[in-house]
Amino acid sequence: MARTKSERRDKLQAAAMYPLDWLEERSGLVGGIKYFLFRKVPGDSGWWHTLGSATLTAFLVQLVTGVILAMYYKPSPAEAHNSVEHIQHDLWGGWLVRGMHRWGASVFIILMFLHMGRVFLFGAYKYPRELNWIVGVLILATGLFEGLTGYLLPFDQTAYWATVVAVNINGTAPFVGPYLATILRGGAEIGPDTLARFYSIHMLLVPGALIGLIGLHLYLVVRLGVTSPPWSKEAAGGEPDDEPPPARSGLVQPGPRAAGVRRRPTE
Amino acid sequence: MEERPGDDRPQLPQPSLWPVGFAVGVVCLLVGLVISWWVAAAGAVLALVFGFLWARDVATGPPTGEPAVASTAGEPATAEPESGERFPRSRFLEGATLGLGALIGAIVTLPAVALALVPGFLKQKQHRVDLGPLSDFEENKWKIVTFARDPTHADISRRTAFVRNNGLLDGVPSFTIISNRCAHVGCPVQPGGPIFEKDEKVVRTTNGDVLITPVLPAAGFICPCHGGSYDQEGNRIAGPPVRGLDRYEFDIVDGRLVLGDLYSVVKVEGSGKTAKIKKTELRGPGQHADGPEAWFYPLQPPH
Repeated sequence: MARTKSERRDKLQAAAMYPLDWLEERSGLVGGIKYFLFRKVPGDSGWWHTLGSATLTAFLVQLVTGVILAMYYKPSPAEAHNSVEHIQHDLWGGWLVRGMHRWGASVFIILMFLHMGRVFLFGAYKYPRELNWIVGVLILATGLFEGLTGYLLPFDQTAYWATVVAVNINGTAPFVGPYLATILRGGAEIGPDTLARFYSIHMLLVPGALIGLIGLHLYLVVRLGVTSPPWSKEAAGGEPDDEPPPARSGLVQPGPRAAGVRRRPTE
Repeated sequence: MEERPGDDRPQLPQPSLWPVGFAVGVVCLLVGLVISWWVAAAGAVLALVFGFLWARDVATGPPTGEPAVASTAGEPATAEPESGERFPRSRFLEGATLGLGALIGAIVTLPAVALALVPGFLKQKQHRVDLGPLSDFEENKWKIVTFARDPTHADISRRTAFVRNNGLLDGVPSFTIISNRCAHVGCPVQPGGPIFEKDEKVVRTTNGDVLITPVLPAAGFICPCHGGSYDQEGNRIAGPPVRGLDRYEFDIVDGRLVLGDLYSVVKVEGSGKTAKIKKTELRGPGQHADGPEAWFYPLQPPH
């Protein structure tokens, strides 16, 4: 009796998993995602290690809310402020999404700094992860630039004068400063094109760069693994574990990547 | 069903030209619907005939006895090259691919980058601005004058200057016209004294409305952002600014005051119409006009 039940369950499971198997056979995506998500981490990694993914989540919130806000925002000097007021006060749920974007920006920056502090205090920037520290610093700078360009978009007095000051501070850089300021403004003064320019930088150019940098950052995290905390009994960056990650049997045949070598520093 | 060689490979139909004829027929049919009925009819016949032939081919399958896919067995026609061996042709192709790719990439990218960067450096000539008749500027009185630098973009190009009529110098009216842009990081400086808003006046000019408000900047000019302060000639007194306030050139045209270009000021000695102004080209806020720090800003983009 029990035997037939388990047989039926096996059949049912196979039927349910068929689409995943189909996908896996043709793309290796299932195995790839399992490889990405079910990595081995040091046994004593804890809440501190979640700051990176928290930052990533904050960035995704900015992406989604930003895309929605872009549907209603009008980047011209005459209309910009009114369209923000419209989003904030007239559109259903507009106050919430704009609030998420406006405050989420600060959350993103704060989490980046906390994550950076964790990496620094745990010594996780040391060999072989120096390059990932550098990529992280680039993400930080790019994220701050995102904050700078986004600040102009409400186009009220605060936004305008803060941007005047920020651009002029850039203008004081030796030798290249005056040219940098002209490029940022798109002219000798903040003019009719400056707002649309900042908008394009804020929602297309810099997010594109951020997505690329974050992809590189994650690739290095997966390739190099996570550092154990300083108080760990395990030696950081020990011998790689050649055992393949446990694949739930019957779910999917592990693809070459899932079963394959976990590349970790060997020394 | 017994296993045949090639069963593990996809069973591809034999190559066939019938679909081409079928497609031509369908196109003729559709074009004929627009042009004339007999083209359509010819197309329909073509499509039917070739469609039938194609369908018969597919239905009967490949001739029996032959494997569906040509066998890969047998010696290769030429000897396999040793691994790692390179031929001039492959090297040439690799170089050509990289070179052509780079060329195409440059042809596509450069104009786009140029469009992003170049226009900001061109046509930056400042507009001359008519501030109205001289009679609105009494001798030795300060006025706050607000105007549109570029009348086509009045909303974004409004600027403010502090104007004082210094009286006649050699028979020509002399003016002190100070920009309100702080020489620290560009905030708008405020007059240190009462503003007589009741006596505000709007002058209509070819440049749109010019707003003229009397003011008494007894304590000079002070910046609300970071506390930079200047005397009435625009010389820095205190705070973070690195030089004095910028000034406007001016002209008197048919009894009206006309603003010209902005210039930066190293130092003003004296005051009023006898002031000696040491000028320099216009610089951005925060950029030194004299001393060794000025060497950091040797070339200015067009203002």
